[in-house]
Amino acid sequence: MYKGRLSFLAQAWRHALILIAVLFALGPIVWIISASFNPSNTIVGQSLIPPNPTLAHYRQLFTDPRHPFHIWIWNSTKVAVITATLTVALTALGAYAFSRFRFRGRRGGLFALILIQMFPQMLAMVAIYLLMLQLGEVFPALGLNTHAGLIMVYLGGALGVNTWLMKGYFDTIPRSLEESAMMDGATPFQAFVRIILPLVRPILIVVFMLSLIGCYSEYVLARVLLQTTDQYTLPVGMQLFISDQYSSRWGIFSAGALLGALPIVIIFLLLQNQLVSGLTAGAVKE
Amino acid sequence: MPTAHPSRVARPIRLGGARPIRLAAVALLDALALWAGIWLGSTGAWLLLAILVLGCAGINIAFLSDRAYPLRYLLPGLFFMAMMVVYPIIYTVYVAFTDYGTGHVLTKAQVIRQLESRLYEPPGARRYPFVAFQNADGDLRFLVTLEDGRQILSEGDQFHALEPGDPVLLDTDGDGTVDGLAGGYQALPSLGIMRHLGALQARVFHYGEMELRVTSLTHFARLSHRYRYDEARDELVDLQTGTVYRPVQGFFTSDTGERLSPGFRSVVGWRNFQTLVTNPRVSRPFLRVFVWTFVWAFMSVASTFVLGLGLALLLNDPRLRFRRTYRSLLILPYAFPAFISALVWRGLFNTEVGLINQILQAVGLSGVPWLADPFWAKVAVLLVNLWLGFPYMMLVTTGALQSIPEELYEAAYCDGATAWQQLRHITLPMLMISVAPLLISSFAFNFNNFNVIYLVTEGRPPIPGAGTPAGATDILISYTYRLAFEGGSGTDYGLASAVAVVIFVLIGTISYLNFRMTGVFEKVGENV
Repeated sequence: MYKGRLSFLAQAWRHALILIAVLFALGPIVWIISASFNPSNTIVGQSLIPPNPTLAHYRQLFTDPRHPFHIWIWNSTKVAVITATLTVALTALGAYAFSRFRFRGRRGGLFALILIQMFPQMLAMVAIYLLMLQLGEVFPALGLNTHAGLIMVYLGGALGVNTWLMKGYFDTIPRSLEESAMMDGATPFQAFVRIILPLVRPILIVVFMLSLIGCYSEYVLARVLLQTTDQYTLPVGMQLFISDQYSSRWGIFSAGALLGALPIVIIFLLLQNQLVSGLTAGAVKE
Repeated sequence: MPTAHPSRVARPIRLGGARPIRLAAVALLDALALWAGIWLGSTGAWLLLAILVLGCAGINIAFLSDRAYPLRYLLPGLFFMAMMVVYPIIYTVYVAFTDYGTGHVLTKAQVIRQLESRLYEPPGARRYPFVAFQNADGDLRFLVTLEDGRQILSEGDQFHALEPGDPVLLDTDGDGTVDGLAGGYQALPSLGIMRHLGALQARVFHYGEMELRVTSLTHFARLSHRYRYDEARDELVDLQTGTVYRPVQGFFTSDTGERLSPGFRSVVGWRNFQTLVTNPRVSRPFLRVFVWTFVWAFMSVASTFVLGLGLALLLNDPRLRFRRTYRSLLILPYAFPAFISALVWRGLFNTEVGLINQILQAVGLSGVPWLADPFWAKVAVLLVNLWLGFPYMMLVTTGALQSIPEELYEAAYCDGATAWQQLRHITLPMLMISVAPLLISSFAFNFNNFNVIYLVTEGRPPIPGAGTPAGATDILISYTYRLAFEGGSGTDYGLASAVAVVIFVLIGTISYLNFRMTGVFEKVGENV
């Protein structure tokens, strides 16, 4: 398809087009980096490279009691890490069963997982809200405005989303490994934990990270279920913090946006290849 | 066709040692569950009781039956999926057929209990004289004499019977009447009660089954229950007026149409769906939201695909320099959490102080009312979504491009095809085979892309004349959210759930088409 050499002109217009796209892609990011170091807190009249850069906005972010940014980051991290860990555990168990055992309802179960995961959980937000409302009347520690409740809601999506992905990976591990372990006296569960899990570590990490990124960024269910400032996760807190006050808080907001995005960007760039293949594989790739 | 064996490989082999422990653990769990179940049943938390029973039954089956061995692995995930995905979907469908929402929050039983506990003072109510006492802190206690001469003394809102000559009663001046109570209480003259009368008349005092209220400066009156529910006839009778109320559309309603508050939630059949279609103040905004949802999802997929594919084609040319650098820069928007990007863009689109209008003005154009004008708000959310979505399309099309066999292009080259013809007749058709399902998935995703819409515009600007919260950029899912949680004049869970059911149907149809296309049905049927 690509024959011969590109003329100078052909090189030039290609680079020009790509550079426009790069400008589009990086513009907002560069702009908030600049704004976060700019001493002025307004958007108006900023220059791209601030004349006298400052860390004041970052300092303010952590000291202003009106928006407890560090609490939101901590809440989000806590919820995301716990959910991702449990999601990996639940999914690994489920995927192992689907990969290794032959039982009645196996095929139907796999198909049901595909059916269920087409409906995003947030479609049922009203019902989930009412469920947690009722749950909270009996167990206040699990009801509305609790992180335990939110994690439970997130765990509902654990099996549906990742089981197929993980099962596909399990299928590539030869059964003879467990068989020999069981010959040596291991129970099936021991064989699963000691032999299989270490071998499938790459897919465990991918599912962990996908789940982590998903939870960290989840907005609507957290918004519906969490009700007080000190319980907010980062997305809910940031949205309410900024609501139409861009003109006066732009600098602090930019600093918060950068810090909030940083962990996810780092994870993404480190594991780019694995995550992208996981994301694009969809539910049905084997 | 595999048979119903628990497993070929992983049949539990050495259960001997583990079995007693397992039995003990299950027994202990069942005992705990029984205790919790009785408690839940006594508080009337039927839903949680059902969850408990199902979860517990699952554990028992999984750990007691060897045939159900795989269930031990599946149960934890299934439990949460059933509780947090399957049940909410079913419950959403149910709520869509009720009037659940502001004014209809409680169940009928709760409303009956609430109404039946309302009290009133009937005309011939029995009255009892009282003496009030007050201590230095201002706390009040009342000594009431009943019709049979027995005396009762209040503590808080509760009366207790007193034996004659109880040492708590003091007669300091020895004139035969009680004028103080142990603990520093002094008798309060009737006039002194004046100040407290308003507050006292709002309080109900209890003595056994009796409810008492201060009715004058000197007397308590015995209160009666105002309403009585007749279960057999499903009627509520107002004992004060004799009016009969029957349940109509979630309210106890009299024959003259008078309604008692609060209302209760009731099944209303297709009413919510009819409202969506026939009530012009709801149906017109709903139709606009409905159409825009499709336009939005389609335009989002189309714009991100065209830009992503274009960049992938450009960057696929091995003769181009800096390809790797370009790729990693262009992927950055995808690495950013979408909620943060959306909020950043909202700031950039700000009409007065936003960067975009500043740039427009700097090059001599007038600013655009990005988030205030319906048309420009739509352009804005589409632009934001283009920024968020094109890297994904670039990634998937790059992968697909590289899997197209080179020989096809060799052959086309030999036949003298132009670059355009190669694109049109080789690249695009080959690409579509692997990318089309992803495009449909992307359509379904954007169909419910709550975050971009809500975080950039909150669905605004509002549609004029809408009887429900609805805006020009609202898509169905954000409309659902606003109906349920943002209504200015109250929330409407029933109508919101009806919209959610509409989304279920649409998404189900889209996914079905996608499954047909990718052959999932066959794949699942095959050896998986």
